[in-house]
Amino acid sequence: MNTQTTTSAASRPWQEELYDVLKEFDVSHVAYVPDGGHRVLIDRALADPEVNAIPLTTEEEGVAMMAGVHLGGGRGVLLMQSSGSGNCINMLSLISGGRFPFLTLVTMRGEFGEGNPWQFPMGQATQAVLEAMGLHCIRADTAADIIPAARAAANQAYFAGGAVAVLMGQRLIGAKRFW
Amino acid sequence: MARTNLNSEWPLRRRDAVPRLVGRHEDFLIVAALAGTVRDCWSMTTDGSHAYAMSGAMGAGAMVAYGLAMQQPKRRVLGLVGDADLLMNLGSLATIAATPADNLSILCVDNGMFAETGNQVSHTGLGADLEAIARGAGFRSTCTVREEAEMEEGAAMLRRPGLNFVLLKVGPEDAPDVQGALDASFCRQRFRTALLGHP
Repeated sequence: MNTQTTTSAASRPWQEELYDVLKEFDVSHVAYVPDGGHRVLIDRALADPEVNAIPLTTEEEGVAMMAGVHLGGGRGVLLMQSSGSGNCINMLSLISGGRFPFLTLVTMRGEFGEGNPWQFPMGQATQAVLEAMGLHCIRADTAADIIPAARAAANQAYFAGGAVAVLMGQRLIGAKRFW
Repeated sequence: MARTNLNSEWPLRRRDAVPRLVGRHEDFLIVAALAGTVRDCWSMTTDGSHAYAMSGAMGAGAMVAYGLAMQQPKRRVLGLVGDADLLMNLGSLATIAATPADNLSILCVDNGMFAETGNQVSHTGLGADLEAIARGAGFRSTCTVREEAEMEEGAAMLRRPGLNFVLLKVGPEDAPDVQGALDASFCRQRFRTALLGHP
């Protein structure tokens, strides 16, 4: 367990605040491929009667779904792990070519303290791949970073029509042990 | 190895069957995905602003239609997709059925081949049954239209409340020879302006 993920009893955990940011921006569709780092967001979305929480079989479905949500006048967010970014590459043609607003929150693997070597290749290529397909990446590596980063990304996506990924580093979410 | 397209025997033709199954296309918000069905859509709607047609991002069709349907629950949404587009993202059928939209019909125009790239036989032409796959994924309202006598049921199902999957089996015939707008951003803004009153 990474001690940086814990907070004092007096303040709300950043995971809860992060969901509040999505609500603040009127996000009403949360599509996800599960990841431990997104557990709180997923649980809150599933419990929220104002939100469609949609489990996906692969992350690219969520890219396409977010485009459809925007065509209909709504706002959505795609939650995925860095390994899923590779599954999205060609589908991001729709976002870039169509200049769709797009927000994804990506929990990083394969970097700081990773215990599973299978995660190295995609995790370490995630930012390059997303940038190559036209997304702007904002990194958040500490509990102090994540809320401002999420708010900045949501502003860029929903008010300026940008395509943005928030990369949530393993210093923030903790490195998973596999041994 | 020579491979026979099972669909070559099927009597219906897309240029006739697609517009007849859809009927009054203005009743739907339409998402069309990939080459043949995009041209079916351009022809049927005269490249209308109530349709979003994608000539790339293969595999997107069903999920773009689903996102639109979830956001616009009072409108009837039609996902017009080719067999190849759907085959590329079969998991989307499971995703849609797991959290069903109740205003979405998928119409899959299945010619059993990759017509755009030289009529190579596709998996459906070799036996894969997309209606059975949709049913297995959780769609409860499904049908296959193989001949004239089944057209009426297919047309009715597209307009039925709920989540529907209609598989239209068509024999070899090129999609309509028409051209619509290819700029995905222009089409996005045109669609939203027509639907929402602003881009």
